[in-house]
Amino acid sequence: MSYTPQMQELIKKVEATRPERVARAKRGENFPALNLEERAVVLAKFHPDYQEEGRRPLRVGPDKGLVVPEEVRRVMESRSMLHPEKVDLSKLDYDTDVLILGAGGGGTSAALMATDAGLKVIVATKLRHGDANTMMAEGGIQAATRECDSPYYHYLDTIGGGHFTNQPDLVAALAHDAPISIAWLESLGMIFNKLPDGRLDCRHFGGSCRKRMQSSGDMTGAEIMRVLRDEARNRRDRISILEFCPAVEIILDETGKCAGAILYNMETREFFIARAKAVIIATGGNGRLHIKGFATTNHYGATMDGVVMSYRAGVGTTCLPSTQYHPTGVAFPEQNVGLLITEKVRGLGAHVLNVDGDQFCFPLEPRDVESAELIKEAIEKNKAVVTPTGRYGLWFDSPMIDLLHGEGTVKKELPAKFIQFERHGIDISKQPMLVYPTLHYQNGGIAINADCETVVPGLYSAGECTGGLHGENRLMGNSLQDVITFGRRAGISASKYVSGGVELGKLTLEHVARFEKELVDAGITDSIVAPILLPDYSTDQVSARRLVEGRQESE
Amino acid sequence: MSARKQVATGDRAILPEGAKTIPIFVMGKRYEVPETLTIMKAMEYAGFKFLRGAGCRGGICGACPTVYRGEGDYKLYFGLACQTVVEPNMFLAQIPFYPANRAQYDIETIEPLADAVHALYPEIFRCVACNNCSKACPMKVEVLDYISAIKQGDLARAAKLSFDCIQCGMCAGRCMGELPQYHIAQLVRRLYGKYMQPGAAHLKKRVAEIESGKYDALLAGLQKMSHAELEKIYKEREREPDMVGLGTWMPKDVSHL
Repeated sequence: MSYTPQMQELIKKVEATRPERVARAKRGENFPALNLEERAVVLAKFHPDYQEEGRRPLRVGPDKGLVVPEEVRRVMESRSMLHPEKVDLSKLDYDTDVLILGAGGGGTSAALMATDAGLKVIVATKLRHGDANTMMAEGGIQAATRECDSPYYHYLDTIGGGHFTNQPDLVAALAHDAPISIAWLESLGMIFNKLPDGRLDCRHFGGSCRKRMQSSGDMTGAEIMRVLRDEARNRRDRISILEFCPAVEIILDETGKCAGAILYNMETREFFIARAKAVIIATGGNGRLHIKGFATTNHYGATMDGVVMSYRAGVGTTCLPSTQYHPTGVAFPEQNVGLLITEKVRGLGAHVLNVDGDQFCFPLEPRDVESAELIKEAIEKNKAVVTPTGRYGLWFDSPMIDLLHGEGTVKKELPAKFIQFERHGIDISKQPMLVYPTLHYQNGGIAINADCETVVPGLYSAGECTGGLHGENRLMGNSLQDVITFGRRAGISASKYVSGGVELGKLTLEHVARFEKELVDAGITDSIVAPILLPDYSTDQVSARRLVEGRQESE
Repeated sequence: MSARKQVATGDRAILPEGAKTIPIFVMGKRYEVPETLTIMKAMEYAGFKFLRGAGCRGGICGACPTVYRGEGDYKLYFGLACQTVVEPNMFLAQIPFYPANRAQYDIETIEPLADAVHALYPEIFRCVACNNCSKACPMKVEVLDYISAIKQGDLARAAKLSFDCIQCGMCAGRCMGELPQYHIAQLVRRLYGKYMQPGAAHLKKRVAEIESGKYDALLAGLQKMSHAELEKIYKEREREPDMVGLGTWMPKDVSHL
């Protein structure tokens, strides 16, 4: 569905202001950025995280009292898929050194490091190997690889972007390891955008003081995932991948060590006991919980399973209440609503504009500030475009990119995005896009230290399901770096732990029974069963006709 | 379960007021779905819950390749269910997996030569250049062109031509010669990235600096800083100008590099 005649009229206003804006950009002039005090004001008023409505305290578990979004509370205060006392844990279906839950960038990196250490690995994942938010990350990966940059500035940008709420040891680990992770990916055969002499092409992004964004076209995450997955497939003698087989419960041993997980074959509906000397949770984010009804950029399986399971096993969280709304989600056409437009587009110099074609914010604010500014322009100033389906949109002037960097840059730098819009009759090198904030990233999650250890011995975690690294706001390119750096660290730490000798005692799900008793004691009788594994997009009409399920639920 | 409100939130499709429905045939069976939806959302509207056949829902993971045909049209079309808009009377089926051959290799010891690729995938010479692969590609990758480049030994060209591949397997599914094009392309891209693209000298230097412990004290110092101190240096940091070339600009303060 290409732009309607009315929208094409509005585009003329964008075209009218464009020559002057491009000239200013070429002179290096920018719309002024907000100072820290101004940022605080716009966040408090317009960012969904800062509003009280729709947020409630947890009533059970290690983080009892913590105020989180309702949708998060619903899965955190949930019951198990199993009756813990009825599971026979003496019959093992799998027995391995390291069990990794999740097969995105973090889980796969961990698997490769564990096999480097000579260990046997099982990776259990909900969908296919590589079906993960990693695959969808478009814009790039941060690492201070250049002469004018250093881990010092990577640290500063990251903690400033996170409003100084980040966990310092995690930020230091990220800044320290980032170039090592890039070199590792290069050695595995990942294709980076490079200058002819091999220099890594780097760009600015929201909240950066140096050009630190390495990329691979506009499918950086997909390229990373393809390469890691291919390498894991080359090691099939040491890495078993169990697809469509997510974990639904962590198993401990009688001494409180982590000892494996219960896996669920979603195709045959069988449960399996998998014993492991160490477990790494790398299950990714929670966009598919659709907090506050927002659309999401996330993968179909992003339902926060790892946080739910580890919470029952006594592992608390860091920064859990914080969610990232990406400022530039697609608002039109309807088929693409919610999908991400990479921040690289802002990095390449495209302006965000209101219905009059005027700039109203610095285009490279950190993501939460930029999102809040867009919401403000739509809701308070009433200066958004309203799409034919009644959604707000602000112009994102992608045609500027070719004018700034030369004809063909849009197609070269944003090939996947170009095709995605071309399918719907929109040429983004000639026509601007319409954008609005969308649910993008689970900022908080499982509490870990810089070695990816949780409070439970033998239980590790890495990637989006963890919390603390990004504080309350994540910068672009730190998520891909997170999964590689901490995926690697988790694999290395778990391997050291296993290689040091681990004696497992009798397996138990006692912690699950205890958690469910806590639910009852807190008077929570309406809890759902979780991990939910997949979102339910059935319409009301269809749900109403599912009479058998209705009867089962009422019993 | 409590009744849901009828609003278009999250990813749940609704029939907007005044919108029309159209018939589509999912594996031959008729469903009425709202026009303008993608095949994926239309199937969910009809009551399907995907296990296989849905992934990123953003056109990049290759989980939802779909083959379809219009009524009375002999021609087959190919697309991703999450990206293709429904048309009246389309007949469709998803092909979420294809059992293509994949060769094992060791990236550290393989030679970055066409001969090595040909040895792992001798079936590449069964290609009859029918171009069904390119026609089936939902990403508009010129599959035949990159296969031809590999046959001719131009791995760099093949790596570039195949870059947008999402490994959905539709090419292999349509191949007369039974080639696993997408696996061959993956091998070639890794050879290109590791052995043919020049390495980044500045990256190598930085890794050596990090491993020598050059930044350990700086990072330890930052971790001990108070919020106020951090905020001060955060505000004062110099921003690299947008329009200067890489490797030309240096900050005034070089004491933290």
